[in-house]
Amino acid sequence: MFKPLPHSTDASVPVVVNGAAVSVPAGSTAAAAMLLGGAGHTRSSALSGEPRAPYCMMGACFECLMEIDGEANQQGCMVIVREGMRIDRQMGKREVRE
Amino acid sequence: MANVDYDAIIIGGGLVGTAVAYGLARRGKKPVVLDEGDIAYRASRGNFGLVWVQSKGFGVPEYQRWTRRSSADWAAFSAELQKETGIYSGHERSGGVTICLSDDELERRATRMAQLQREAGDFGFEYEMLDHAALKKLITAIGPDVVGASHTKYDGHANPLYTLRALHAALLKHGGTYVPHARVEAIQAARNHFTITVGDVTYEAPRLVLGAGLGNNALGKLVGLNVPVQPSRGQIIVTERVAPVLPMPTLMIRQTVEGTLMIGESREEAGFDDTTSPEILHTLAERAAKTFPFLRHTCIVRTWAALRVMAPDGLPIYEQSAQYPGAFVCTCHSGVTLAAAHALHYAGYVIDGAIPPELARFSTKRFDHVQAVTSQH
Repeated sequence: MFKPLPHSTDASVPVVVNGAAVSVPAGSTAAAAMLLGGAGHTRSSALSGEPRAPYCMMGACFECLMEIDGEANQQGCMVIVREGMRIDRQMGKREVRE
Repeated sequence: MANVDYDAIIIGGGLVGTAVAYGLARRGKKPVVLDEGDIAYRASRGNFGLVWVQSKGFGVPEYQRWTRRSSADWAAFSAELQKETGIYSGHERSGGVTICLSDDELERRATRMAQLQREAGDFGFEYEMLDHAALKKLITAIGPDVVGASHTKYDGHANPLYTLRALHAALLKHGGTYVPHARVEAIQAARNHFTITVGDVTYEAPRLVLGAGLGNNALGKLVGLNVPVQPSRGQIIVTERVAPVLPMPTLMIRQTVEGTLMIGESREEAGFDDTTSPEILHTLAERAAKTFPFLRHTCIVRTWAALRVMAPDGLPIYEQSAQYPGAFVCTCHSGVTLAAAHALHYAGYVIDGAIPPELARFSTKRFDHVQAVTSQH
């Protein structure tokens, strides 16, 4: 459904989206990587459990919450990918930790 | 020029004004709410959301009683709003704790609670002082710096925004009228007859209720009511949503139904400046993280400040104008806690045209000397 624009950089960065290896253009955000990886929904609502996906892609709407390198509730559209980054769906509310 | 007759004009569309207006409408009266608009200070939009009893009324048992009454009424009030509108206020009467981080704090707290119980007289006041171990059984998330807490079953919390939305919806459903962008500049007052013109419309009613928060100060002067409320700034930190971790609110921290943690409790005199300051937010965050260490690993998503509507003695102000009977003021800094009392009881006093003796302590008579001092300058 999503593909990089034609003028996107040739340099690509290998990341792991929901456990699968994906190469995305350098400078992409984690949210873009999720979409390029064909993730479909990228989280489930903390309240209703409904499937959700990135919406505004500019840090305002919090629809793109995801787990990045094991850290839950990250705004995927505000994080630039780096090599080997693990990006996973955020399912429901995160647990707190001490 | 349209002329519309109502049973009451309410100035202010926040939690206080709308609660009284809904209270009138549910008794079959025809109220109209004139709301200034988003340039107003909007205390109801910045409210922390506690329905709180255990800090109210030291030395003023009337305030303890009135607050307890509202807290006891809240469950039925919330159920009624949900039945009428389908909107859940988020209210839970879960009990609440005031957490102490030193032996000294805990001792002072215990003294205060004993005072409330003593002053409650035959009305009673049940509370417990909990040490660290006892509190840990109630709230497992407390950190090692927590020494203890006071606990009462009377406390709880609600979502101020859903409550306000439900009140507005219920008001309209019962035939009430809401007029936005209606700033009141002048009031034509006579005994039990009030006329206000906003734009092209003139509103007339035998009753007038000032429920306009900090605006009541200036509005009161138009109808012979002395309402010396001043802004008291509170700052609030809001975190990301996390799985349920707090089974009840503390005076400073509560977890919403949605999972968000809210951190508040600051109090400053900053005039009408409703912006946040890093120093206060730092102090709030530090104390919150000492109380609940998991907060050190919880992301803050926003902060805000809002202005409480504060009388010089911190009590609500309930009065009917002696000069223009039929004009009432209803103002307080606990618009959420007292919402049930305002809707279920205060609205009735407005209809009756008399405030009952048990609320005499909240009359503006207590400011008469303040007025005298001011007028000497």
